[in-house]
Amino acid sequence: MRRVAVIGVGITEFGELWDSSFRKLGIGAGLSAVSDAGIYSDQIEALFVGNMSAGRFIRQEHVAALIADYSGIARDNIPATRVEAAGASGGLALRQGLMAVASSLHDIVVVGGAEKMTDVSDVESSMIQSSAADQEWETELGATFSGLHALMATRHMHDYGTTREQLADVAVKNHRHGALNPKAQFRREINRNVVLRSPMVASPLRVFDCAPSSDGAAAVVLCPLDMAKKFTDSPIEIVGSGQASDSLGLHHRKDICTMGATRAATQRALKMAGLSQKDVDVAEVHDNYTISEIIAIEDLGFFPKGEGGKATEEGLTSLDGDVAVNTSGGLKARGDPIGATGVAQAVEIVSQLRGKADKRQVKDADVGLTQNVGGTGATVVVHLFRRV
Amino acid sequence: MASAPRYWRENPSRYNMVGFKCNNCGKFYFPPRIICPLCHRKSVGKTEPVKMKGTGAIFSFTEVHEGMDEHNLQKPYILAMVELDEGAKVTGQVIDCDASDLSIGTKVRATLRKLSEEGSAGVIHYGYKFVPLRENGERPRDE
Amino acid sequence: MKGVGIVSYGAYVPHFRIVPDEIGKVWGVDGKAMGKGLMISSKSVPAPDEDTITISVEAARNMMSRCAVDPKDIGALYVGSESHPYAVKPSGTIVAEAIEASPDLTVADFEFACKAGTAAMQACMGLVGAGMVKYAVAIGADTSQGAPGDALEYSASAGGAAFLIGAQKVIATIDTTYSYTTDTPDFWRREGRVYPRHGGRFTGEPAYFKHVLSGGKGLLERTGMSPEDYTYAVFHQPNGKFPTRAAKQLGFSAEQIKTGLLVSQIGNTYSGAVPLGLAAILDEAKPGDRIFAVAYGSGAGSDAFDITVTDEMATFKRDAAPTLNELMANPKYLDYATYAKFKGKIAKERD
Repeated sequence: MRRVAVIGVGITEFGELWDSSFRKLGIGAGLSAVSDAGIYSDQIEALFVGNMSAGRFIRQEHVAALIADYSGIARDNIPATRVEAAGASGGLALRQGLMAVASSLHDIVVVGGAEKMTDVSDVESSMIQSSAADQEWETELGATFSGLHALMATRHMHDYGTTREQLADVAVKNHRHGALNPKAQFRREINRNVVLRSPMVASPLRVFDCAPSSDGAAAVVLCPLDMAKKFTDSPIEIVGSGQASDSLGLHHRKDICTMGATRAATQRALKMAGLSQKDVDVAEVHDNYTISEIIAIEDLGFFPKGEGGKATEEGLTSLDGDVAVNTSGGLKARGDPIGATGVAQAVEIVSQLRGKADKRQVKDADVGLTQNVGGTGATVVVHLFRRV
Repeated sequence: MASAPRYWRENPSRYNMVGFKCNNCGKFYFPPRIICPLCHRKSVGKTEPVKMKGTGAIFSFTEVHEGMDEHNLQKPYILAMVELDEGAKVTGQVIDCDASDLSIGTKVRATLRKLSEEGSAGVIHYGYKFVPLRENGERPRDE
Repeated sequence: MKGVGIVSYGAYVPHFRIVPDEIGKVWGVDGKAMGKGLMISSKSVPAPDEDTITISVEAARNMMSRCAVDPKDIGALYVGSESHPYAVKPSGTIVAEAIEASPDLTVADFEFACKAGTAAMQACMGLVGAGMVKYAVAIGADTSQGAPGDALEYSASAGGAAFLIGAQKVIATIDTTYSYTTDTPDFWRREGRVYPRHGGRFTGEPAYFKHVLSGGKGLLERTGMSPEDYTYAVFHQPNGKFPTRAAKQLGFSAEQIKTGLLVSQIGNTYSGAVPLGLAAILDEAKPGDRIFAVAYGSGAGSDAFDITVTDEMATFKRDAAPTLNELMANPKYLDYATYAKFKGKIAKERD
């Protein structure tokens, strides 16, 4: 297997981008990644696009071909593949790109992720998001996506004494980080009271516990590590990749306060990289809800089970903490255009490891991690990145 | 998602909580599965549909304020994960009570209610929801 | 019809109530006085996820839990209602599936205003008596509609009861039944219309009273019984006033009708009314008790029943399902706005 590096990253602004169509977003992110890598489109050998539900958000399937077409690379008839695993679509697309390069099937591959969510009503958007859960046995019985995460939160608070304030602290921290990210959807700091007084969505989760609906796209360019120096002085190697699955329905899990798929994917990625949790300086985790980040930092092994809330409250996941979590602002503040999210996480980690994260730069960041979740944890993709 | 057959084919489980038992390992599952996730191929031919009693205890719950269109008239409504007496966990609404009446461990039983309808002209979907049980077994009522 | 009767029964009343005063406030009417005149202190309101089918299922399941009858031995199931959720597609098929009586049985929905449930009981008696089926289920249930601001809004409510009719282990024999039917348009709902219309005071003397009294007298004549022979009596109860006056005119005492008179607490449950009243009586009746029941349906007709509680009642598993008193206890009271939302009276934009 060949070692693989990221040689270029690109990201659009995230938010309610009324002027931007799906194709405009996709091309925007791709073009900036290609420019960052200093390559030309005729050097691209394959395209992978992470997208959850263009069919329902904009009634457009076949979006990899669409992006290939509008980026001009379809003129060279290169393979273009869409990858779907709900919220983990972006991370999974990255893994497909990684495998394509590592296996020597392709040299230069572009991985993109995009979602255009605001062309449908809020209600429609929330129905589409809940289709990541089990439609027959969760959604039809009244479960919303936020409701399922609220079930995790209620149980986590019951089992481990996690407090409502600790959940709020996740949002407060991620907004603090987001305020430093010019691409973030929300670039203002908030305090606990803003979270605690925001309208209830599904108790105990309130509006400020939930990531927003967003439009946006992100892209990275991959190539074999031994070719990377031709394009950049600061290639970032993808040293580990782990993917795991679990039951689609939350009710079939062994424990609803633990994402078994996060644990398994993390172990696989760490083993591949020959690293341990202690080596990770900066992590982008899937905080689609505040409870998700608490569960994630436990299952990633950064903190013992049940202590994620306390660790957040104590600032251990802040920019200057033991492990800086969601320096981009996370899904909460950077925004969560579903299919783009996993790739956007990679963009942030690459920026951190290159030392180009400006005001939110983690000092001496050497190893970074991304954790991207589909559904309530039925798919998890974990990647490890390292400065070369 | 207007599809009468899609809902119709699940009627036994939606109306009567017909689940699934693996006679290879003895475990109960609800909602029903096609093969036992523990015994895999060894369970083929050794599984049977089994009706759950419909009683259990709340494992976790939430009061849903932002929901889907179908449930607008009931908002806020209570969504729970219920651990059935047979051991399987199931997701469903808890009705005819307030969230303040419930806690983790509250005993509930299944009843049949409308789940959703395909507009005013389409098919009505019926299925299980849960009501809290009082200790003496009578129906729950507000004080 | 010797030996045919009730093998088991079950009832259901929704959790929610509204009081007449709350309705009156909205329409500029003295609701308290209205309630007093109707002898209705509150009426039941179905939750948005309840309808005649869910009420029928709950009542039928309560019925099945009180007996050891194999649901596969049920050969017929009829749901009587004037608020079937579908204009075309039976309510009964869902009930039959929900009590696992399917597929070896005949099912149909009945409609005769407020007496569809008792009409179903008569049909079941016939099938069992003729030996065509071993057991048959008759259900009377409604989520009745009163137009906003109409007098019916103070009474139209929801509930239902189910009866398992058979000839073995009968807890109460139905010794005689008699019906009195004419064409009298006192109350109706046209196809495709949401709310019924009624003839105002025309619903009284020429309709309710003429038919209930004729049905009652006809039954007494045919059985040779007199009112004092009965422990209990139950009459259709669109309000408290009508059955009280009808009972008096037939010679029944206030004591005899007390147990089966539920209207003051839950309002007019239409097809559920006499079935629920009868269920309340069976909740406390003892072997040897006699029950006189007259249902009324607009349009118009009455079904009268002469019922005798048997020794089987002594060992009947009455406690296996909630009694009417338990079902009616600790309700939740709604304000008019929530009631209007629950009943779909607030127009919402729909696609």
